[in-house]
Amino acid sequence: MLHALSYDFMQQALAASLLASIACGVIGTLVVVNRLVFLAGGVSHAAYGGVGLAFHYGWPVLPSAIGFSVASSMLMAGVALKRPEKADTAIGVLWAAGMAFGIILIDLTPGYKADLMSFLFGSILAVPVTDLYLMAALDAALLAVVALCHQTLLVTSFDREFAEARGLPVRTAHYLVVGMTAVGVVMLIRVVGLVLVMALLTIPPFIAARSARSLPSILRGRAGPGLPLGRDLGRGHHRRGLGRVHGRVRRGRAAASPWQIRPELNPWFREHRGTSP
Amino acid sequence: MPASAPATPGAPHTPHEPVIAVRGLCFAYGDDPVLDHVDLTVERGEFLAVLGPNGGGKTTLLKLLLGLLAPRSGSVEVFGGPPRAALPRIGYVPQYSTARLDFPVTVLDVVLMGLAGTRRGLFGRHWSRDAASVDRAREALDQVGLSGMERRMVGELSGGQRQRAVVARALMAQPELLLLDEPTASIDPQGSFCFFEFLGTLRGPHTLVVVSHDLSIATSTFSNVAFVNRTLVHSRGAGLTPDMLAMLYGHHEKTCPMGAFISSVSGLFPVLPRMNDLPPSSAATPPVPPDPPAHPDASTRPVAKDA
Repeated sequence: MLHALSYDFMQQALAASLLASIACGVIGTLVVVNRLVFLAGGVSHAAYGGVGLAFHYGWPVLPSAIGFSVASSMLMAGVALKRPEKADTAIGVLWAAGMAFGIILIDLTPGYKADLMSFLFGSILAVPVTDLYLMAALDAALLAVVALCHQTLLVTSFDREFAEARGLPVRTAHYLVVGMTAVGVVMLIRVVGLVLVMALLTIPPFIAARSARSLPSILRGRAGPGLPLGRDLGRGHHRRGLGRVHGRVRRGRAAASPWQIRPELNPWFREHRGTSP
Repeated sequence: MPASAPATPGAPHTPHEPVIAVRGLCFAYGDDPVLDHVDLTVERGEFLAVLGPNGGGKTTLLKLLLGLLAPRSGSVEVFGGPPRAALPRIGYVPQYSTARLDFPVTVLDVVLMGLAGTRRGLFGRHWSRDAASVDRAREALDQVGLSGMERRMVGELSGGQRQRAVVARALMAQPELLLLDEPTASIDPQGSFCFFEFLGTLRGPHTLVVVSHDLSIATSTFSNVAFVNRTLVHSRGAGLTPDMLAMLYGHHEKTCPMGAFISSVSGLFPVLPRMNDLPPSSAATPPVPPDPPAHPDASTRPVAKDA
């Protein structure tokens, strides 16, 4: 295991998992407390439309996927605001439409066909260094936005009607949360894949929320599955004297990580090892 | 005061200026009229109970007063200007159901949230946890009988306690006008805290509008009662007239249990002398009161107010 860390690709994979875990922690917390899990699922699938566009027209994949999913997430967010009772349906439609659009475009593209499997499972061991920088920049942007607007986000998430009555920009905050979700989800798909994104966005914040006493403490306590945050997590519940929660959080973290730190469990890796030198 | 008052260019704020001035207000969701030519004036220091059946338009009226909904026709003025400009001076206690129960937040933080709205933008801090704010939050919690609860999580509170925490949150911003939507909907029956008494203590510095479908709230120390059921009947001096009760329950024969209840209830409350025993004739569903106290002039009648 330690020997494996001496490879460049392993170090990059580790860095990618750390960066992904920060995004997971920030976005996952917002997604869970705002009950946007279904929307996050819709956005992550619709992102495939952006992948298809990128392949068909030869655009760079990450920016066009981000653009496409931000656009579709804004549509979903708009419906969620104006017709909350129809939001579920709209998300489902965009979920399917985005993905179908991507598949059709990729099928129409001559030459090398991108593998749907890499979209589903990600490719943490194949993350190029340039993507690492992009991820670091997106992480910094997410953290900065959350640090700057966290009180507004807190009030609008907790009690929207009250926030409106205080004159807070409830709509803008809603679009902001959804937009950040779209950006973060696409970034995570690149690394961990579509399937694991939903797990990483929902399970760790849920576990952390059981011992957290405030929104920032979830954010901190759970800046992701890859980080050695035992001490920070410990602080939150020693205050409450619930030692066993600590164990649960650690198990939760361990359960979320094997694909990230034990690449032989990732099907993509096995394939990859067979084809690359 | 940053709140602009474009409607009264001469005097920015006179003590006699009504806090709420609603004129000819109509509102509808789709084609169904919810409020029809409603007039309402609330003076400073007044304590108004707005009673009405579920679906009668009470919450809609509150949302119009907050500027969260725009009227189809007519005008709404709060502190002499458009409602949205007055928001910093209004404390609002929404119906309890709007807050998230599973939210990881302590009671103290909920109360501190009351300071939100002191700045308009998305960015920046609305409040800090300095000693002064925390003391003020504790004071607000004392006022609603929740002292010592500030470290609890909201999810651990009972329904009635949560309701009171939300009232404390509204008090944080030291509002001049307090709007409460169904505050007694989740009072804990075993609690020693008397909500009606508490509402009475708020009366001094605040102008209060309490909306409820619960007739028992009329036993509080209100200065006025208004009944809303598509139209609005406003009574100066607390009193329940049979036509008001008819707005709540419809018209009934004396022999009908409901009719018996109405006549017994109207005996329980101080009744205004101008009430006349109208014959319980037609059972109109959205009863437009057949008698004069109904419309605009009701609010302009000389006020017999204490304080």
